[in-house]
Amino acid sequence: MSEHHVDNTGSKFGMWLFLYSELMLFGGLFVLYAAYYYQYTTFFISGGKQLDLFLGTMNTVILLLSSFTVACSIEAMRKNSKKLVLLLLGLTVFFGILFLCNKYIEWNHKFQHGIYPGSAYMEQSAKGLVIFFGLYFTMTGLHALHLLIGLIVIGVCFFLCWSDRINAKDFITLDNSGLYWHLIDVIWIFLFPLFYLIL
Amino acid sequence: MSEEPSFYQTPSSNRLKGIWAWLLTTDHKRIGIMYLLVIMLWFSIGIVLGILIRTNLMFVNPKLMEAQTYNALFTLHGVIMIFLFIIPAIPSIFGNFLLPIQIGADDVFFPKLNLLSWYLYIAGGILAIVSLFLKGIPDTGWTFYVPFSINTQTGVTLSVFAVFILGISSMITGLNFITTIHRMRKDDMGWMQLPLFTWSIYATSWVQLLATPIVGVTLLVVIFERLFGVGLFDPSKGGDPLLYQHLFWMYSHPAVYIMILPAMGIISEIFPVFARKSIFGYKAIVASSMAIAIVGSLVWAHHMFVSGMSDVAVLVFSLLTFLVAIPSAIKVFNWVSTLYKGSIYVAPPLLFALCFVFLFCVGGFTGLIQGAAGPNVHIHDTHFIVGHFHFVMFGGTGFAFLAGLHFWWPKFFGRMYNFKAAYTGTILLTVGFIMHYMPMFILGLKGMPRRYYTYLPELQPMNFFAGIGAYIMVGGLVVVLINLLASFRRKESVPADPWGGTTLEWYVPSPPPLKNFVHEPVVNSYPYDFPKKFHEMKSSGNSANKGV
Repeated sequence: MSEHHVDNTGSKFGMWLFLYSELMLFGGLFVLYAAYYYQYTTFFISGGKQLDLFLGTMNTVILLLSSFTVACSIEAMRKNSKKLVLLLLGLTVFFGILFLCNKYIEWNHKFQHGIYPGSAYMEQSAKGLVIFFGLYFTMTGLHALHLLIGLIVIGVCFFLCWSDRINAKDFITLDNSGLYWHLIDVIWIFLFPLFYLIL
Repeated sequence: MSEEPSFYQTPSSNRLKGIWAWLLTTDHKRIGIMYLLVIMLWFSIGIVLGILIRTNLMFVNPKLMEAQTYNALFTLHGVIMIFLFIIPAIPSIFGNFLLPIQIGADDVFFPKLNLLSWYLYIAGGILAIVSLFLKGIPDTGWTFYVPFSINTQTGVTLSVFAVFILGISSMITGLNFITTIHRMRKDDMGWMQLPLFTWSIYATSWVQLLATPIVGVTLLVVIFERLFGVGLFDPSKGGDPLLYQHLFWMYSHPAVYIMILPAMGIISEIFPVFARKSIFGYKAIVASSMAIAIVGSLVWAHHMFVSGMSDVAVLVFSLLTFLVAIPSAIKVFNWVSTLYKGSIYVAPPLLFALCFVFLFCVGGFTGLIQGAAGPNVHIHDTHFIVGHFHFVMFGGTGFAFLAGLHFWWPKFFGRMYNFKAAYTGTILLTVGFIMHYMPMFILGLKGMPRRYYTYLPELQPMNFFAGIGAYIMVGGLVVVLINLLASFRRKESVPADPWGGTTLEWYVPSPPPLKNFVHEPVVNSYPYDFPKKFHEMKSSGNSANKGV
């Protein structure tokens, strides 16, 4: 009766369910965004212009690349080439860290201008801007937290591949971790235009 | 009865000894029992808090507690009863123990996640306690409405985090059950051969999975507000407190269905067994479960009719609220029709189920009064609401929980309780319940608000009366629970099928062995095939009481 332990379809099914729940988690914040965008449209536009479009675009490219490398690593695993898998996973981790570095630079920049929740500068700003940046920090912050978790997950996968506990016969863990990484990417794909590209 | 040792004697892994055989187990049955233990503990605490509140309300000028203490107590009572008792009770205890057996599986799909979700539940409970002593008991009510929950000095941050953790626990349980039902059913068990309890857990799990993250993120934002002052819900910074209410109820109204759907599943199992007759309208019950789960997710704003909303929104949400009544009513008709011309065998589970139907109907109808936009304005935030939701939550889910406990107690522990004491307890409980909550409807209509530690003097007689009802009710509850515990002192063990049920859990020994099934289970083409059961019982000797 223990055949279900190798039921990869089931494991993947469970992972997808988890991804739905993650979408709902961010969905709550997207609802907030929609409501406040309706209320403070002009402030959202002027707030969006204050964000660093270059760094944002860089991060989008970086995340897309990292998604590509994860997808490739799974394909490489299927073809049983361990070295390539390790290289691609390493690259993914590298891209992830790069993304976080950019994020750090970006946030740091904002902090130096006094733009952070509860700052004296924000107290004097228009309410629409307070909300815009509040959402910006909350949503990108929660996204960065997910990315951090994703990095740990991919890192663990790296060591499991290295020690052959993930191998060409049984790589569902890698497969599911890849799915999680793609989710992080997809969420960013929505965050990017909503914050950086609004007019 | 075969000589297979029960799961109490066999740990899920041979390396586990003593207490670790419990704390590190991946056996769904042991996890279910562990949930039972802890949830009953929380339930008892919730009862004590509740009776303290009602004792305080028996007199106009209460000496028992100050206003602040009262606020803290009703918050605690609400948080404990909702997040630590009603939401997890049926899915986590009965779902864990029975769902895999009902579908012919040896465990849930993710046994380790299952254990993790128990630990998250424990962690959430401990955090909730810690929050009390660290910064004072929260005084916001279980709804944590902003802006008060952002401004109050009490330990809201930690208790909100505790609720967040409990949410994750509940979500993981839902995820696990959906995967289990999809992937681990016996090969020849189609969707229309699933027992109705499993069906109701399936519908519940989807709500748990998809609605819980919303409250999760909402509570996270409340924590951010308290820690960093982001301002998303703070009107002084441009935030809109109404949005909090929307997001909160987007989860917390579906959560009401997380509480009631599995309860309906239990009742749907009990009626056919004790009427010795196939359930009336199997497909209608399945469809109505799913309909409740779906439509129930779209009615959240009926909690906010007086918070400020457009008239169109009020009408739409009012209409949707009325729509949910239809699938609920279908179920009630089905249960009652199952009894019609059945060969009724009276036992404590059936008595509980009958009380459930009556109390749930009262709760449901009073819900419609609130769902109507007009009357809602009059009774909003009054004791009418308190009466209503206790009728559905306690009279509904609570009674179904007790019904299930009496129904499956012999399966869980292999011991049968005393019927007479169970009847006495049930009747005391029901009479006390009605005496206690019925007056609240009248009090509410007369204008007594909820969540106040005192009231106008002319309302005292009825409050005093309700208080007496509360003591009778708790007395009944104590009788029922002690009677269940007393069953452990009995020596004689219970056969596999003490009631004559048809679903798979009645084909395994009581209590079941580690791998659940002694023989490979045979799936009936229809889960409630009583004529077939009758022939089985005849051919296997005098009765089903021989076991299989």
